[in-house]
Amino acid sequence: MEVRVSKIRKEFDRYPALHDVSLDIRSGELIALLGPSGSGKTTLLRLIAGLEQPTLGRIFFGTEDASLKTVQERHVGFVFQHYALFRHMTVAENIAFGLKVRPRGERPPKAEIRRRVEELLEMVQLSGLEKRYPNQLSGGQRQRVALARAMAIEPKVLLLDEPFGALDAKVRKELRRWLRAFHDRTGHTTIFVTHDQEEALELADRVVVMSQGRIEQVGSSDDVYDRPNSPFVFSFIGDSASLPVTVGEGAVRLRDVPLGIAPRGGDVRSGEGTLFFRPQDVTLVTDGGPALEGRVATSRRLAGTRIADLDIGTPADPHHVEIEVPLDADATAGTLIRFRPTRWKIFPAEG
Amino acid sequence: MTTPAAASVRWRLRQPSVIPGFGLTLGFSLAYLTLIILIPLSGLLWRTASLSGSEFLSILTDERTLNALKVSFGTALAAAFINVVFGVIVAWVIVRYEFPGRRIIDAVVDLPFALPTAVAGIALAALYAPNGWIGRLLGYIGVKAAFNPTGIVIALVFIGLPFVVRTVQPVMEEIDREVEEAAATLGANRFQTVFRVLLPGLAPAILTGFSLAFARGVGEYGSVIFIAGNIPYVSEIAPLLIVIRLEEFNYAAATAIATIMLSIAFLMLLVINLIQAWSRRRYGHGA
Repeated sequence: MEVRVSKIRKEFDRYPALHDVSLDIRSGELIALLGPSGSGKTTLLRLIAGLEQPTLGRIFFGTEDASLKTVQERHVGFVFQHYALFRHMTVAENIAFGLKVRPRGERPPKAEIRRRVEELLEMVQLSGLEKRYPNQLSGGQRQRVALARAMAIEPKVLLLDEPFGALDAKVRKELRRWLRAFHDRTGHTTIFVTHDQEEALELADRVVVMSQGRIEQVGSSDDVYDRPNSPFVFSFIGDSASLPVTVGEGAVRLRDVPLGIAPRGGDVRSGEGTLFFRPQDVTLVTDGGPALEGRVATSRRLAGTRIADLDIGTPADPHHVEIEVPLDADATAGTLIRFRPTRWKIFPAEG
Repeated sequence: MTTPAAASVRWRLRQPSVIPGFGLTLGFSLAYLTLIILIPLSGLLWRTASLSGSEFLSILTDERTLNALKVSFGTALAAAFINVVFGVIVAWVIVRYEFPGRRIIDAVVDLPFALPTAVAGIALAALYAPNGWIGRLLGYIGVKAAFNPTGIVIALVFIGLPFVVRTVQPVMEEIDREVEEAAATLGANRFQTVFRVLLPGLAPAILTGFSLAFARGVGEYGSVIFIAGNIPYVSEIAPLLIVIRLEEFNYAAATAIATIMLSIAFLMLLVINLIQAWSRRRYGHGA
């Protein structure tokens, strides 16, 4: 089932949470809504589910206008951050709930419900726990019960709100891999919300990066990491350093000192700009050519690499950047290091 | 001097714990409960014990005693049931909706706690008597709401309401909105959400409120005697019968009726508590 979000605007008490957001999601896709808190990602998910009503705009499931339907009619599977299991019901009763509340004509017979529950329990690898109550399960198990319960109604779309947020790191990793395999097997269109970029990049087919109620970029993990299209995406995804620069006459300068790189691609061609690069995308310059120059403030060993924190600039205009330096390079505090970015992007200066 | 066995038992009672003062607080609690509850109650039993078995039995099987007990427990149960229904609705309104005057309603709920029960009884009797404001209206539809068991139930409903509201309200406040939303996404309508998801979740709190309102109703005296009419065999409550016996200087009979009341009340509360413990274990509230 394709999901199309068309010019959605949502205000809470006149305060806009989403500004005219549009998004096309292909059938069977696994999509991550990624952003810091307050970016509107959960609001967007809840709007798709019908738990919130948009101020303006429409949402389509396939060709159907879902905005006209209630939550109950939308047939979405929604997994809540804190699972929201019914704690007075057993695991089996929780999973069967969505089938049991159907109107009499559409409700499957008891034996059929029992069979479905068993099937789902097997799918989420919880067979044998059907008689347990939610408080007798671990966090990861509760998460999978919530998923099975959502899947029981054969949803058109599966929506997950911070699905791994409340779990510890190890369980989170396992469940992440498990969810990917689960998605590949069932093929449901799945949208999940997360503030964890690692989770989004690893799990999703496409990542929707959001900030302040707007979609900043939609793309594959490679797109948003290697080709970020805004300063926000560049600094939000992965590590990065940024410096205010002046661009002109085919050269990039920091306080009138040329850096030895030329604007290219979508970079700013002239005027004020902000240079972004990642710590690993630099090369040390030892031949005295034009380069960025900084003194090592601190350096630290990080697994196979060394990260140096450089002071660039003057006391009146201080800047810090972090770069990766080869393990054999001298990076003790106070050392002068000259380097040049190998991959970068220059965005127009803000404001 | 303690034997090794006794010492080991004591050691098991005193689990090593980071929370200090177990011995002190338990000792204090036991002494306090003994002083306040157990000694007066054993005095009651001791007084009753001065009766011979057959005397006790004749008081127990006396028509008037039986009727008084029936009225007391019957009206208390009826009032507790009514309070559960309306108390839950009142709690729901206070917890769930924002409206002008919500704080005032919230405060009004506590009034039956604060009001001297005799005042409540007189006010209710004046209102519900056949010539009172409400009593007159009820008269038109042929309902007599004072000076009979119905009047008792009305008084006990008044007295017991805050017990239900105040026990259910905090639990209701903690209901996770997500649980209701989960039910909705699974296709449950509002009615199904309330009756299959919300109310079962509130059941332990409702049961507590019920038992508190019931216990209060059984022991209530002040407000009831004004509106009950106090007709022997019909609308005479057991506490009143006890007072009557006391005024006749028939202390043994008074304590005997009290003992019977106490035993029945204790049994009923025990059963309710067992149901509570069971449901708590099941739903994992206490755990």
